[in-house]
Amino acid sequence: MENVINIFVKSIFIENMVFAYFLGMCSYLAVSKSVKTATGLGIAVIFVLGITLPVNYLLENFVLQDGALAWLGPQFANVDLSFLSFIMFIAVIASMVQLVEMIVEKFAPTLYANLGIFLPLIAVNCAILGGSLFMQQKQFINIGEATVYGLGSGLGWFLAIIGIAAIREKIKYSNVPAPLRGLGIAFIITGLMGMAFMGFSGIKL
Amino acid sequence: MKGYGIKKFYDKHRPKFEKGGKLHAFQSVYEGFESFFYVSEATTTKGSNIRDYIDLKRTMIFVVLAVVPTLLFGMFNIGYQHFKALGLLETTSFINVFVYGLLRVLPVIIVSYLVGLGIEFAFAQIKGHEINEGYLVTGILIPLVLPINTPLWMVAVAVAFSVIIAKEAFGGTGMNIWNPALVARAFLFFAYPAHMSGDEVWIRLGNQAGSVADGFSGATPLGLALTGSVDYNVWDAFWGFIPGSIGETSTFAILLGAIFLIVTGIGSWKIMLSTTLGAVVTGMLINAFAVNPFMEIPFWHHLFLGGFAFGAVFMATDPVSAAQTNRGKWIYGFLIGVLAIIIRVLNPAYPEGVMLAILLMNTFAPLIDHYVVQGNIRRRLKRAAANG
Repeated sequence: MENVINIFVKSIFIENMVFAYFLGMCSYLAVSKSVKTATGLGIAVIFVLGITLPVNYLLENFVLQDGALAWLGPQFANVDLSFLSFIMFIAVIASMVQLVEMIVEKFAPTLYANLGIFLPLIAVNCAILGGSLFMQQKQFINIGEATVYGLGSGLGWFLAIIGIAAIREKIKYSNVPAPLRGLGIAFIITGLMGMAFMGFSGIKL
Repeated sequence: MKGYGIKKFYDKHRPKFEKGGKLHAFQSVYEGFESFFYVSEATTTKGSNIRDYIDLKRTMIFVVLAVVPTLLFGMFNIGYQHFKALGLLETTSFINVFVYGLLRVLPVIIVSYLVGLGIEFAFAQIKGHEINEGYLVTGILIPLVLPINTPLWMVAVAVAFSVIIAKEAFGGTGMNIWNPALVARAFLFFAYPAHMSGDEVWIRLGNQAGSVADGFSGATPLGLALTGSVDYNVWDAFWGFIPGSIGETSTFAILLGAIFLIVTGIGSWKIMLSTTLGAVVTGMLINAFAVNPFMEIPFWHHLFLGGFAFGAVFMATDPVSAAQTNRGKWIYGFLIGVLAIIIRVLNPAYPEGVMLAILLMNTFAPLIDHYVVQGNIRRRLKRAAANG
């Protein structure tokens, strides 16, 4: 239990997807102009990470890993399909994103319109694939840990995007020097946010 | 208009700085110095406005006045720690101790103001607006949060970084998201960690470094606690006779400043109180689950150690980077207190968690405000609907 809490806290704050690894930057920068849409995208990312990670975990452990196919029979014990993990993970992620897209379109049409192209683009959001690849690297002992890691990473990304969205809403009326308006100041904000988050790096759990 | 004294001086020289005058390039500098003594005579041309005489410049001066006790004590403490380390404390007079500190602290302040104000003047002139006074406060806060042995060029680099990146890039005074003084401190902390922490940066030894007294250790109480040896007198920490950044050691001097800020209504008592509450609650929780000597430090000692008091009184209450709404201030302050103690005690890399906690909450202050405002809007809509 303690282990699970550690994984959760660590993935939100210490190994934050945005500020520790700078993953998922494209949609983070593009859809952070208002808190409302940012919240929508953030929840979508939590959802996608939360379901792709357990699915990919099962895939990894029962299909892809070296010797993972042993349950099919002794003749498969030496099969190593890990060279397929990229394409399999991406396929899972893409289908999950389709699912999310259909749900959002059906139940929140305004959000769907606001997110625009960025909703389908979650499929290629590096934070999502990153989550799966980190999962592969970390070798979680059971599916519960993998799920918690996915939810935590998503929550960290969600915090980051609503944080910057609120800041960008606040500076809308600031006298930002003309060349920096828009993306320029967003990059500076991200850098300074990263500096603030560095307080967590080094906490041992 | 006729005037006398300084007023006459300004009236005489004003034409040179107006459009067409030969010194027009320095108009913003002139304006800055004039309004230092006199409230601007400019009136608004559209709509009706009520102007209070407590304008931005007066507000900032009040904050500078509030840090004076801390600054004076900081100077004394630099000398005190120096002579204590050399074992010469008994034989040195009070004046000598103070003057020693004064002469070490003054260059840092001068560099901070020269670089910061230079950049501000340049930006004001280029962008054609008045000089903002925000840097008056930042310029004194930066030296106070640095260790005394920080090289002057580092002070200059940090000041330039924070004024340009954290303030002017956002549009100048009043627009910044992060407290510029804290950004400068954090920048130095991450860029030159060897000069910002450890045992050798807090006490100025100069060229007498070889002749320190027996049993001398230059570490701060928090730095020592991190290594497992809790060894300090809590009342020394309260009055400020401990090693540390120039202005952060004396909780007593900071309290004087806090009272001044609260009485004049400049600093938010809500933030100061909620920050303390957050720290106390977290401190008690950590005490309850303590597994090492650092975690066993009684929770109330944390309020006197390190930069906690300084951060809570002078940094967290910065009206620009703090939460703006009343309920937001409670949440913002409380979380600062919680995070400060968590980072301080649980993160072996940074015993100085207060700075990072405030920076982090600066980051999320706009979000807190956003939710508080949305909550208010929703509640009123509901009330309006109920009243038909």
